[in-house]
Amino acid sequence: MTTRRFNWPLWVGFVLTLAAFFTYFAVFVWFPVTRDFPWATLVLFVIAGVLLFMGVRRGFAPDRPHPTRSKIVTSIVGILGVFVIGVFVFAMFIAARWLPASTGAPHVGQRAPDFTLTDTTGRQVSLNELLTAPVNGSAPKGVLLVFYRGYW
Amino acid sequence: MDKFKEAGIRPIAISVDSPEESRKLAEQSGYTFTFLSDANAEVIRRYDLVHAGAGENGKDISRPAEFLIDSSGTVRWVNLTENYTVRARPEQILEASKVLK
Repeated sequence: MTTRRFNWPLWVGFVLTLAAFFTYFAVFVWFPVTRDFPWATLVLFVIAGVLLFMGVRRGFAPDRPHPTRSKIVTSIVGILGVFVIGVFVFAMFIAARWLPASTGAPHVGQRAPDFTLTDTTGRQVSLNELLTAPVNGSAPKGVLLVFYRGYW
Repeated sequence: MDKFKEAGIRPIAISVDSPEESRKLAEQSGYTFTFLSDANAEVIRRYDLVHAGAGENGKDISRPAEFLIDSSGTVRWVNLTENYTVRARPEQILEASKVLK
């Protein structure tokens, strides 16, 4: 049966898995709402998972032209696909929570510890200066300090 | 970002990146706010935000955190995330900034 030669659900599912994984980073740049909870990526993973499952079933069907080869290829691709999904879910929902406790961080109502750091032009900037230099032509109402991980 | 400016809020980004790295990031992304470099994580340590060994080659970096500080230097709003892929959204911060005078 030539029509069943190419196991498209398996390959489409696998490609979709990889696409979902790698586009996650691009997707949240374009659509920041997906950043907190990556539903777009997860929807793709669900579709990919269903296709992989169909592909594996098809690959193990008795009417394949090369049953042994088909089973080996199907197994490898299926396991790789599940592995990629697993790595993503693990990184997103488990590893990302491995943060140290931060009990000493300044609380609401406390004075923010002063500091002086270098800006991108090499100038030394103090918190005090940031709190007093005008924003939009008048004294700033406040300063928002955003600490981030950096692009290491 | 203009909304922050309208609200009289000055956003400042702080990381262990060098001024040079931050300059590139700001240029590529078009961010116009100030980037400060805390290469030795001294200020990050003072704010108790160190995520030890989580950076490149086991470098100490900052965990993501946002602090809104009023003009008297008092902390008015804090966001310490439990999941480093989740950050404060601008709307949340603008809402919090309404308490500032």
